[in-house]
Amino acid sequence: MNLAIKDIRHNIGRFALTTVGVGMLLMVVMGMGGIYRGIIEDATLLVDEIGTDLWIVQRNTRGPFAEVSRVPANLVHRALAAPGVESAREFVYHTIQREREGKLIRIAVVGLSWPTDKGEALPLVAGRPLAQNHFEMIADDRLGLKLGEQIRLGKERYTVVGITENMIGSSGDGLAFFTVSDALDIQFDVPGEAVRLERQARYARGTLSELGRKQPALTETAFLKASEIPAIGPRQISAVMITVLPGTSVRTVASTLGGWSDVSVYTTTGQRELLLKGPVEKVRRQIGLFRVLLTIIAGIIMALILYTLTLDKLHDIALLKLIGAPNRRILGMILQQAVLLGVVGFGIAFLLGLKVFPRFPRRVILTNDDLLQLAAIVLMISVLSSVLGIWKAMRVEPNEALAG
Amino acid sequence: MNNDFAIETVNLTKIYGSGNTEVVAMRDATVKIRRGEVVALLGPSGSGKSTFLTAIGLINPPSAGRILIGGELVMNGPKALKDSRAFRRQHIGFVFQKSNLIPFLSAIENVQIALEINNWAVAASRRRAMSLLEYLGVGDRADHSPTKLSGGQQQRVAVARAMANRPSIILADEPTAALDGRRGRQVMELFGKVAHEHGTSVVVVTHDHRALDVFDAVYEMEDGIIRRGETGTFR
Repeated sequence: MNLAIKDIRHNIGRFALTTVGVGMLLMVVMGMGGIYRGIIEDATLLVDEIGTDLWIVQRNTRGPFAEVSRVPANLVHRALAAPGVESAREFVYHTIQREREGKLIRIAVVGLSWPTDKGEALPLVAGRPLAQNHFEMIADDRLGLKLGEQIRLGKERYTVVGITENMIGSSGDGLAFFTVSDALDIQFDVPGEAVRLERQARYARGTLSELGRKQPALTETAFLKASEIPAIGPRQISAVMITVLPGTSVRTVASTLGGWSDVSVYTTTGQRELLLKGPVEKVRRQIGLFRVLLTIIAGIIMALILYTLTLDKLHDIALLKLIGAPNRRILGMILQQAVLLGVVGFGIAFLLGLKVFPRFPRRVILTNDDLLQLAAIVLMISVLSSVLGIWKAMRVEPNEALAG
Repeated sequence: MNNDFAIETVNLTKIYGSGNTEVVAMRDATVKIRRGEVVALLGPSGSGKSTFLTAIGLINPPSAGRILIGGELVMNGPKALKDSRAFRRQHIGFVFQKSNLIPFLSAIENVQIALEINNWAVAASRRRAMSLLEYLGVGDRADHSPTKLSGGQQQRVAVARAMANRPSIILADEPTAALDGRRGRQVMELFGKVAHEHGTSVVVVTHDHRALDVFDAVYEMEDGIIRRGETGTFR
């Protein structure tokens, strides 16, 4: 006869409510683990998905994912000329925030190097890659944009031609892919009035300069487009992505490119590590510590629940001792209930999590390894938390059954 | 256990506290109870009846004196010479003032558990439990929860549990206190039946003088001192 099951069946309502409570608590612990995993995955997703060997970024910066990085667009051509380089692509990355249908929308803008990169490698769930150099975009479904929908960014309207799933930047914002030139247009968009004011200011600076006074005709160029003025450089990109020739050592190419004094070079692994140690490090540690704290709290609460359940049964335990029940039988009853509470609670947590976590604004990733680890922890907590109840049960004297 | 006496106590003494707070709850209690004898233990509240009962039930060791069960010395002063719990399991049955059935077990399971903890197989224990419940007239209530049984039925189930392992002794502490006169008498008669048919010695602590004719012997306690009443007075 299984006393643990008999007791549970007798108090099924209370046990059900308790396990639901424990389950919800474990769901929070599980969710924290999922959020922790999600932050890491999201942070490194773009680096992992892009699949390049080396990143050339602005000298002494940690790359576009960690901070602002500016390199000239012609760096692509310099890189291509370096030994061991198979391909070099421009890369633009920045985050914008706009209002759409009365709601704020944050977009992590990624510029793809047209025409070599049209987004064919992206995990599209609908639509197609980019088919033209301008006014098309591929958006992640987190942004809430529909296929064929047009969105105005800067002075232009962009049509959503492809949809990806779970393509998120390190900050948790959905990614949107444009050609590099469109991404730069969005980044450097300034209103017409600002352009006019800048040209006036440029003219004023020219007239006050030595060169302007000696050659007044030059000051007229102040009213030209920036791209037509040789003194003003082209818009800068965030980084250059390098793929090395097959059979060539990435380390060797990195060493060559790293010798250039105006740039820094990182391998994909290096960039990944920088991401994890940089922008997401504090969040990662905070969530990790919070998860540990929650696990401890769950353990304490489970111990208190099991202790209370044992207290309720002290008279029955004394009675069992009185009629000669060995300790292992009593211990087994408490331990089995503890394990059952943990196992059922874990099951509830998992099932609830499957329903609830997809509604979270950021990804909650439940990996098999994490689930197994949590299951083992819950089992351990169940056993440990029953110790208090077992301790109390072992101290009960059989003559307490005679009282009352 | 080859001895005429199921229980023998020699100069049992129980002292609670020490110094100024010392209370002698039982003093030099010497009693011999034969096999198959039904014995009543009378006395006012606080006279030491329950102390005596729990001492011979190996629950509450005496401060001094000896306890022999079936001729075997099981307690010498406060020192238990046996594994008390295992000994209780095999040789002693208990019935209490309240039925003290385990609430999450049915009537038959309450009897079964006493057998299972004594290593009975599940099927055999169920058969034995059922036959005991039928013997005590509550076989039709076997699958009912204790809360669905009347006070008298609960006490019958408790008696069945006490009898389950064929103990040599059944100790009952005020078993009729929660019952009306008729049901109380039925329970007392049941003890007589069990004792005489199964050779089990039954010691009943009671205040109830109405059913004393059921008992083979009566002991009275007052201020911790036990003395035998006049034999046969109540039969």
